[in-house]
Amino acid sequence: MKPAQVKLENIGKRYGEQWVVRGVTLQIERGEFYTFLGPSGCGKTTLLRTIAGFVAPDEGVVYLDGEPVTDVPPWKRDVGMVFQNYALWPHLTVFENVAFGLRERRAAREEIAEKVKLALEQVDLKTTADRRPSQLSGGQQQRVALARTLVIQPRVLLLDEPLSNLDAKLRAEMRLELLKLQRDLGITTIYVTHDQEEALALSTRIAVMDRGSIVQEGAPREIYEQPRGPFVAAFVGKSNLFEGSVTRVDGRAAEIETLEGIRMTAALGPLLPSSPARGARVALNIRPEAIAVVRPDDATPFSNRLPGKVLASAYQGSLVEYEIECSGRSIKANVINPKGKPLFHRGDEVAMVFAPEDVLIIKTESPIA
Amino acid sequence: MRRGVDWRQGSLMWALLALLGIFILYPVGRVLWVALSDDQGRLTLLHFGNFFRRPLFREALWNSLLSGVLVVLFGSLIAVPLAYIGARYEFRGKIALQTLSTLPLVIPPFVGAVALQMILGRSGMVNLLLMRWFDASIPFMEGMTGVVLVQTLHFFPFIMLNTAVSLANIEASLEEAAENMGCHGWRLFRRVTLPLMLPGYIAGSLIAFIRVIDDLGTPLMLNFKNLLAAQAYLRITTIGIDDVDGYVICVVLVVLSLASLFGARKYLAVAEYATVQRGAPVSRRLSGKKRAWVLLFIGLALGVSLLPHIGIVILSFAKIWSFSILPTVYTLDNYVEILFRVPHFVKNTLLYTLIAAGLDVLLGAAIAFLLVRSRLRGRNLLDAIATLPLAIPGVVLAVGFIRVFHGWDFPGIGRPLTSSWIILVIAYTVRRLPYTVRASYAALQQVHVSLEEAAQSLGANRFKTYWKVTVPLIAGGLVAGGLIAFVTSCVELASTIMLVPRIELGPISYGIYIYMQSPLGRSAGAALGVVAIVLVGVGTYLTHRVFAGRAGTAFRV
Repeated sequence: MKPAQVKLENIGKRYGEQWVVRGVTLQIERGEFYTFLGPSGCGKTTLLRTIAGFVAPDEGVVYLDGEPVTDVPPWKRDVGMVFQNYALWPHLTVFENVAFGLRERRAAREEIAEKVKLALEQVDLKTTADRRPSQLSGGQQQRVALARTLVIQPRVLLLDEPLSNLDAKLRAEMRLELLKLQRDLGITTIYVTHDQEEALALSTRIAVMDRGSIVQEGAPREIYEQPRGPFVAAFVGKSNLFEGSVTRVDGRAAEIETLEGIRMTAALGPLLPSSPARGARVALNIRPEAIAVVRPDDATPFSNRLPGKVLASAYQGSLVEYEIECSGRSIKANVINPKGKPLFHRGDEVAMVFAPEDVLIIKTESPIA
Repeated sequence: MRRGVDWRQGSLMWALLALLGIFILYPVGRVLWVALSDDQGRLTLLHFGNFFRRPLFREALWNSLLSGVLVVLFGSLIAVPLAYIGARYEFRGKIALQTLSTLPLVIPPFVGAVALQMILGRSGMVNLLLMRWFDASIPFMEGMTGVVLVQTLHFFPFIMLNTAVSLANIEASLEEAAENMGCHGWRLFRRVTLPLMLPGYIAGSLIAFIRVIDDLGTPLMLNFKNLLAAQAYLRITTIGIDDVDGYVICVVLVVLSLASLFGARKYLAVAEYATVQRGAPVSRRLSGKKRAWVLLFIGLALGVSLLPHIGIVILSFAKIWSFSILPTVYTLDNYVEILFRVPHFVKNTLLYTLIAAGLDVLLGAAIAFLLVRSRLRGRNLLDAIATLPLAIPGVVLAVGFIRVFHGWDFPGIGRPLTSSWIILVIAYTVRRLPYTVRASYAALQQVHVSLEEAAQSLGANRFKTYWKVTVPLIAGGLVAGGLIAFVTSCVELASTIMLVPRIELGPISYGIYIYMQSPLGRSAGAALGVVAIVLVGVGTYLTHRVFAGRAGTAFRV
């Protein structure tokens, strides 16, 4: 079936007095890989289940291809959902699980056999057709669940944290598989996860959710590199958040003094919604990987250089994670590919250097008049 | 730290095995042997040949099987819809459903039989009304109809509770996934829900089936005696302890029970696949017309289930209730009789059942401890023997006890065990042991070894660890198991009527049986029945409290 466009209009859902989702409006285009990203309890799964039809919203309308489906029961929506725990029926074999939806659609016996075979091949599980789900590994169960949903060629594919029950290595593998599969099939996909790496790696667009609402929507790069507000900055990737005020604006750069009294220069990039004026209060974020850690006597010129003392140092092969004290607070710095660079230990005096382009202004408040 | 074999655990196990050997394996083994050997002491199937040649016995076997199947069939018609409604819908009045699932269990079937006679019997309330209005009557209580009716009302909760547990364990997403694939309504039930709840349903049905076949009280009270249990009882009590046919019937009973129990356990093991994945079960709000139908069905089921209770209470206050719709004269005299003039039935019951329940808790905890915490090789055997009483009908155990302990002085008592009330305590202890083993086992499994190890690593010795960590954590399970043992022993009839040495040593169930033999004693018997219901009701209520509202946990295998 042709992939569908999904539109949510002002969706709200409450349990008792508590709104778990409120005022969500968005539009997902055909063939997109769209992700709801947020911490547990942010309403992302509720939203997904609203699209599937398992949750009736208290407010708002769900459209599939422009047609309102809010009152259409799940079994008539033709959106395929892969559940977090896979929800494979234990009393049926792998073949029967995958064939279930086709039987519901009254497909002919030969057609079912053919399609199930193809679907299982697609997820690399040809040989397991006669086994029971309980005889499969977690990764295999996951793929059966995917095949079971894809075989009915749904208009929309919904994935509820499908990788969260797999171990780290398998998760990384499945992530790539999923990516290839979705791009090959071109199926409109909505994905729910709390794992920001997963979201960044897979999505064409991401909606970051917090307490029932979308706080930022955009392409992965936009979300990561230009987070709007401290929540997104902190939730997506690692961050060093600062608050401060602008002391000087000089063309494309602003000088800022943080609450701790740290001075730094921020580049005013073209993506900023509005340039801050002198005296404006701002929130800043510096990604740990943007900070280089050098000896205090290193003379390489850098516009931002902060002295500090190492609190903790964790060598992890491909990177070193530092926690460094500076002006009474701790700053995280990740040195990527540390080979050949000096390694510091707890108590060492160091200098942190970073470019103005890496000091991101994520929120601006006008100066108090 | 743990070496292969701990001598303390080892000796505990051998002591338990010896005890269970003497009081379970040996008596049952003797029954088997009598049935399978000839007078020269050689193995033979001759007696079974004779059994199957006798039309009377063939009919008894057929009747037993038929009544079991019919009870399961009719019970399912009540139990399955109720279980489904309870597991899947949220509505006002749901409390009635929980009441319904336990009410029938608090009235012993043989008490219910008498009460139903008064209401549905040939000259009972309903038929008298029918005679008056339509000049017709319906033989509800005649022959096997009556037995099946009483047993259906009593045993359907076993099916309901086990089915409900299976249903509650079906994770919501399994049904949602089917809906997502386009499946709903009746098809959803048939393709997903039904197969997933089947293990619990089959297990519950098999349990009900065993209970029906073992039930001695109902057929005796309704005077329909051509059933296996009743035949075994009659052979042994009227013809005598040496009548081989009685033993053969016992073996047939054991085989049927074992087969059913084995089946039930197999299905319960399969049932575990539904519980591997945990999640909230689906609950849908029910309102409007649907709710009205549901409430009507529950109300009807509740009303019919309550008939025995109503009947027995009325009868217990009746001075004269004969050929009239309601008693003509009411009195409190029946209660005076059983509480003050002849108080020993109640006193004996409390004495026997409390001792038996206490012993069961101790034995059950010790056995469960060895099963869960030790790596001893004999523990599977221990488990098997401790579970065996579930498959040993009361009649069979009693026959075995009489065979083994009759006619020689038991050391320490100075007379045969069968002429002391202690034999009743032992019988109850043996019959209910599986319950306390189960309860303790389940409780102990919840206590991860690491909890004990943590205490030990912090300096508590073995004894202190058990006393301060393990016992408090399993106390709920122990108490619950003991309560179940108490409650079910209170109404144990089959082994009681065969083992009571003298009338003044009889407990309530025996008293009811004796009183019910004469029309004049019926009301006093009913008053005793009410006392039994109260005891069982209180015990069941407490069990539920201990299990924190998980109604019915107590009555699953």
